Amino acid sequence: MTEATVLSADNLARYYEVSRGPFSKAATLKALDRVSFSVAPGKTLAVVGESGCGKSTLARLITLIEPPTAGSFVLDGIDGATATRTQRRHLRKTVQMIFQDPFGSLNPRKKIGTILEEPVAINTDLSAAERADMSRGMMQKVGLRPEHYGRYPHMFSGGQRQRIAIARALMLSPKVVVADEPVSALDLSIQAQVLNLMMDLQDELNLAYLFISHDLSVVRHIANEVLVMYLGTAVEQGAKETIFDHPRHPYTRALLAATPRVNPDDRKERAVLKGELPSPLNPPPGCAFHRRCPHATDVCSIERPEPRMVDNRTVACHHAETI
Amino acid sequence: MTPPTETTTVPTTEVVDTTPTEAPPHPIVEFWRYFSTNRGPVIGLVIIVILVLVALFADVLALHPPNEQYREAFLAPPFWAEGGSTRFLLGTDDLGRDILSRIIFGARVSLSIGFLVVTLALTVGVALGLIAGFFRGVIETGIMRTMDVMLALPSLLLAIVIVAILGPSLLNAAMAVVIVQLPHFVRLTRAAVITEMSRDYVTASRVSGASAFRLMLITVLPNCLAPVIVQATLGFSTAVLDLAALGFLGMGAQPPTPEWGTMLANALQFVQRAWWVVTFPGLAILITVLAFNLLGDGLRDALDPKLKR
Repeated sequence: MTEATVLSADNLARYYEVSRGPFSKAATLKALDRVSFSVAPGKTLAVVGESGCGKSTLARLITLIEPPTAGSFVLDGIDGATATRTQRRHLRKTVQMIFQDPFGSLNPRKKIGTILEEPVAINTDLSAAERADMSRGMMQKVGLRPEHYGRYPHMFSGGQRQRIAIARALMLSPKVVVADEPVSALDLSIQAQVLNLMMDLQDELNLAYLFISHDLSVVRHIANEVLVMYLGTAVEQGAKETIFDHPRHPYTRALLAATPRVNPDDRKERAVLKGELPSPLNPPPGCAFHRRCPHATDVCSIERPEPRMVDNRTVACHHAETI
Repeated sequence: MTPPTETTTVPTTEVVDTTPTEAPPHPIVEFWRYFSTNRGPVIGLVIIVILVLVALFADVLALHPPNEQYREAFLAPPFWAEGGSTRFLLGTDDLGRDILSRIIFGARVSLSIGFLVVTLALTVGVALGLIAGFFRGVIETGIMRTMDVMLALPSLLLAIVIVAILGPSLLNAAMAVVIVQLPHFVRLTRAAVITEMSRDYVTASRVSGASAFRLMLITVLPNCLAPVIVQATLGFSTAVLDLAALGFLGMGAQPPTPEWGTMLANALQFVQRAWWVVTFPGLAILITVLAFNLLGDGLRDALDPKLKR
């Protein structure tokens, strides 16, 4: 790992104990299983995958909402998994989060000014007047008007609410922002505005984004690096161009092929996946993807593929070279 | 609000998506608009305001002292009935006391005790519900199972048992009604807190490092209050009714306190000779309870965001 890394994770894992009634043993749900990555300041790592693949669990770990079961992650030089109370307080200023649903992420009983100032009030000793100045400055930065300061969230549209949520995340001048599908609840026309706002702010403030999404066109727009997840594990990881132009993992290929295209000439032959996402309570042996994989062979159902470097990206597939 | 020139100028490029700059109505104005669409709750509110005024100015409004016995006029009928006089508008009871004056002073007793009961049940109930919904686990189980036990007993029976232990008096009866009402507030608050805790804005506060205390009282509680306010108004009418029942059974206010339920109990033996001794205190209870129920229903509709257009 180089010097210019603000967030790195090493074999990060989160397991949940799931009770299956009083008479059977609790099952272990591997929501996130040994995922490693690193993000440099000013860069965006996009995490993609279908529902239930562990994207949101990853977000909850990085934002210190939950502790990891195993592995470690380093935020701004501090290990978030073993941080002390004082270190955690410092980390809260380092990492902030933007949520998916702008209608649920703002307290309906609080005015915009109060919502924006809450993180500052909790984490700093600034006076009320200084906090108000800060939030007014931030509102201008994200394209809200000064008169919005005293209004309630229900008076705003989805796009404006997401601007408020972005402003709140930036109030503590974090170095890392975890964005959990920040635009998937918005209209297509508003999505581009919010994405451009996020990219402008990234340039201005040198933010690192951990951008969680299932929308590949959004990812193509904003990401520098891409991490593809399947059932809690990282299947392919590398620079955006590498992953989008020459995917090596069959799951990445299927995902990319599923993106709708307007131009018929751009449409590739669709590799339709067979079957359903297996239950994470009972994952298949060997490669988690082998039952749906068109290239699966005997080795895939026996041996779990370890991530390895192939063609400038990390990929966890036995047949990455031949596909 | 907005100067008319603003509509003609091109908005700055920074502001990309904007709402119309029409000032939103003040929350209270907006609330009144929804509340006043139904006539029932407004009538209820008017009656409650009148009752409160009557209770406040009882000394001025009542023509006679509530406990003054007029020996020359036992069981005098109301003024419009045969043998009645305008001296005692609603007649007198078996001890020659003016019924109207006693009802007016009774409003003071009923409303103040009802207010006390609801305030206590609300404070304690919301606090317990908040703790149960916030911490979950063993604490929640402990609180909620205790409340279930209290709910399992018939409310009036439980109140009678409590009064029997504490001894009959108006304050003890009020305490009994508080205990009877407590589970409703606890359950309601807990349910609302659990719903709110899963919302993203609570997580956002957590990510900002909010303490448990701050999360509970500043972030979550204000969002749980709408159903509790409705329950409080409905609880007020239950409190008045339960207190009257306890008074009727001789376990609440003791004579000669002018309390509506006690008035009913004392006059019961004369009900066939003098219908007015039970009718008017009974009507007072009925109207008060009805008014609070109407108000409660109206508040429920006005505070429910799903019913907003």
